[in-house]
Amino acid sequence: MELIFAQVLTGLANASTLFLVASGLSLIFGVTRIVNFAHGSFYMLGAFIGYSLMQFLPGMFGFWLSVLLAGLAVGLIGVIVEICVLRPVYKAPELFQLVATFGVILVIQDLALLTWGAEDLLGPRAPGLKGVVRILGEPIPQYDLAMIAITPMILLSLWYLITKTRVGVLVRAATQDREMVGALGVNQAWLFTGVFFLGSAMAGLGGAIQLPKGGADLLMDFNILAAIFVVVVIGGMGSLPGAYIAAVLISVLNVFGVAYLPESTLVLMFVVMAVVLMIRPYGLLGREEFAGEHGQVGEPERPIKPAGPQLRMFVAAMLVLLALVPVFGSNFHVVLTTDIIIFCLFAASLHFMLGLGGLVSFGHAAFFGGGAYVAALLVKFADTPMELALLLAPVGAGLAAFIIGWICMRLTGVYFAMLTLAFAQLLWSLVFQWGEVTGGDDGMVDIWPSPWLSDNTSYYYLTLIIGVGGILFLRHAAHSPFGYALRAARDSVKQAEATGIHTKQVQWLAFAFAGAMAGIAGGLFVFSKGSIFPTELEIGRSFDALIVVFLGGVKTLSGAVVGGASLEFIKDQLTRFEYWRLTLGVVIILVVILAPEGIVGTARKVSERFGWIRKSEDLQ
Amino acid sequence: MTRSTEAVLDVRNLSKTFGGLRAVDKVSFTVAKGELLALIGPNGAGKTTCFNMLMGQLKRTSGEVLFEGRDIANLPTRAIWRKGIGRTFQITATYPSMTVIENVQMALMSYHRRIYSLLPFATRLYRKEAMALLELVGMPEQADRHCAILAYGDLKRLELAIALSHDPALLLMDEPTAGMAPTERIKLMQLTADIVREKNISVLFTEHDMDVVFTHAHRVMVLNRGELIANGSVTDVRNDPKVQEVYLGGGTLFAEEAAGEHA
Ligand SMILES: Nc1ncnc2c1ncn2[C@@H]1O[C@H](COP(=O)(O)OP(=O)(O)O)[C@@H](O)[C@H]1O
Ligand SMILES: [Mg+2]
Repeated sequence: MELIFAQVLTGLANASTLFLVASGLSLIFGVTRIVNFAHGSFYMLGAFIGYSLMQFLPGMFGFWLSVLLAGLAVGLIGVIVEICVLRPVYKAPELFQLVATFGVILVIQDLALLTWGAEDLLGPRAPGLKGVVRILGEPIPQYDLAMIAITPMILLSLWYLITKTRVGVLVRAATQDREMVGALGVNQAWLFTGVFFLGSAMAGLGGAIQLPKGGADLLMDFNILAAIFVVVVIGGMGSLPGAYIAAVLISVLNVFGVAYLPESTLVLMFVVMAVVLMIRPYGLLGREEFAGEHGQVGEPERPIKPAGPQLRMFVAAMLVLLALVPVFGSNFHVVLTTDIIIFCLFAASLHFMLGLGGLVSFGHAAFFGGGAYVAALLVKFADTPMELALLLAPVGAGLAAFIIGWICMRLTGVYFAMLTLAFAQLLWSLVFQWGEVTGGDDGMVDIWPSPWLSDNTSYYYLTLIIGVGGILFLRHAAHSPFGYALRAARDSVKQAEATGIHTKQVQWLAFAFAGAMAGIAGGLFVFSKGSIFPTELEIGRSFDALIVVFLGGVKTLSGAVVGGASLEFIKDQLTRFEYWRLTLGVVIILVVILAPEGIVGTARKVSERFGWIRKSEDLQ
Repeated sequence: MTRSTEAVLDVRNLSKTFGGLRAVDKVSFTVAKGELLALIGPNGAGKTTCFNMLMGQLKRTSGEVLFEGRDIANLPTRAIWRKGIGRTFQITATYPSMTVIENVQMALMSYHRRIYSLLPFATRLYRKEAMALLELVGMPEQADRHCAILAYGDLKRLELAIALSHDPALLLMDEPTAGMAPTERIKLMQLTADIVREKNISVLFTEHDMDVVFTHAHRVMVLNRGELIANGSVTDVRNDPKVQEVYLGGGTLFAEEAAGEHA
């Protein structure tokens, strides 16, 4: 009994940080509808800045002043990010901004590395709260008690700000109805900036306040990201009390998980989220959300046409060029091109459901990594020959997508995206923690292709045939009745259902199909590397594909491939420099700002303007 | 007029409440084969709600909807469509990313149960049939235009072509001429009347323009605050004091309309 009580207290203390950071994210999302992936980075900055300040400001007063100042500083950084990066892209498709925030993550990672170095920093203990108190005989750190007391006060002040002040009225109005803010005569831009300040400051505060417990390191940003998204989604997007309840729920469960079922810790959070969303699709305290047509805002997409002779010639020429890479290029070029083709297939599979179906998945890596692990496990435990393993990889991934898709299809928009993220994380934690089978963090090695493909060149040709074949098949699928039905379901559910199209079923099958195609890419990947690690299932991998689709152009068929090839190529060039993340981040942000229709969309626009290609009727 | 008395649609005591609001209150009527039936009433009377229930887009609170003798009220929209009911929407719903003809082809692919096939090029399927439908509604020259840039009146006609693609026995048209110029309205309703005659299908439509209603409808029903307050021939309804009261507070617009029509 005493132990349980102590564990609840620990859980409550852990919930503090989670709540602080998540409430900021929730506020920002509620008002601006921006899914701010950089929120974890703000949290990390809060920790680093707080740490530095505490070196100069001694004593109890100095400690708490540092925490506050760190929050303030991060709030200001948030404002800079909002004004420089997000303002220019508010008009872009709704989820396009998340690509920009991803660029911000990269920039902040390198800036933090530059400023504070790669070493993990041990957080200072809070002066005056270094001891423990015995409650029911169990030792409880004083600092935990302080955090347990502070958090509800912050929740209350936030709640007061939102419900009782004029600013709060505006924030709530904006959360519920964006048009209304304009009607109230408020400068929307400054409201957004203000909310960004508040939200980022909360993240900074959270980062600084957890210093005595967790310190500061460069992995903090991604480590907390999944958890805060889970909290926001469980609590209900935009709901502060919801975020608090969810933070407590997750943290307390986690403490018990660590104590009684250590294997479950990583999985637990996502299981809870999946269960909550299945019962209450808009979170515990969230209100029903009419999902924006993600990726579809702005100009309507152009009609598509089967490739004409010119395009066919171009593709044929590219294929010849690719086939000649091993002849004229070095081994390095062969390996690089193999990687690019595999990545392009992965991105193209996401584009199929995202671009044509409007289904934004944050967890597509589940099926890429899933396919790879299926192949690896088959080789390892069933001595399956490579050829069969390659065939079964998409089957396994497709099956997983079939099941996960069935569950996720109950939701739409951001909630759908979050649920896909949850399942991807679930899969990742399974692989990560089930060490005996999957090798856990150490991955699985020695998964090589059959002897006849053992050298890089022959494997390259296999990749070329399957990879490019897969990409062309996806392109063809876009022109097939199924691709059309998928677009119909995206364009107008009302009309589609009224003409006999089972829209949910079409989308579900598209999800499974996209998963299977990603599985092919995963299968090719594992044999090209000879190994597989859980990183291939990570959020970062899912984001890679998302970024590529948006960078290339959601509304164009070739967007994924062009974006994929460009990003892989740029990455390859940049990773030779020490601070490549910084550069890549800046490049991504610039593309987002300067070419909001993606590379292909913008190239088409420019060509039309200069008369290189025939203008479509839309522009006349 | 070759109307038989056989009812295609038989609606009995259909009701819908939203919270405390009785949006549709015990409405009963039938639609005969080959009939062009108007459902009129002020804004908020419950016309669209009625259509949404008939098409299965909204669950009824109570009542029965018999289509060709069978209760369809519990079927999903797409099943009702397959049984032979088509509809157009008050706020047009089309696929803006496709061309005009592809919008029609999509419905035809669905009708022929081809939407799950991955192999053929969709643009080559049922193009002839789609073109015939576009000719029927008078817009074949627009077939390959981008749907997103159509004029509103053309969108309405496109919706009609889509709704006709499965050869429905009953067509529900929710304010088919809203937002159109007067001459366009007459043309569209004339077209609808021709289709009704040619294909011997039934049409239930809502409309605000009394000219259109009185010129083309075979029969008129009046809905007010969810209740059906009149149901009869154009002349009967026009002279019904209850209807006059609802529409004009006892005023004379009907008489003027009538005068205008005869002029
Ligand atoms: N989904 C809904 N929820 C609540 N009330 C609704 C809903 N749909 C319609 N109503 C109400 O039902 C009444 C009838 O609306 P509607 O059928 O659209 O009228 P009409 O088409 O005749 O103009 C109106 O008062 C409207 O506000
Ligand atoms: Mg209406």
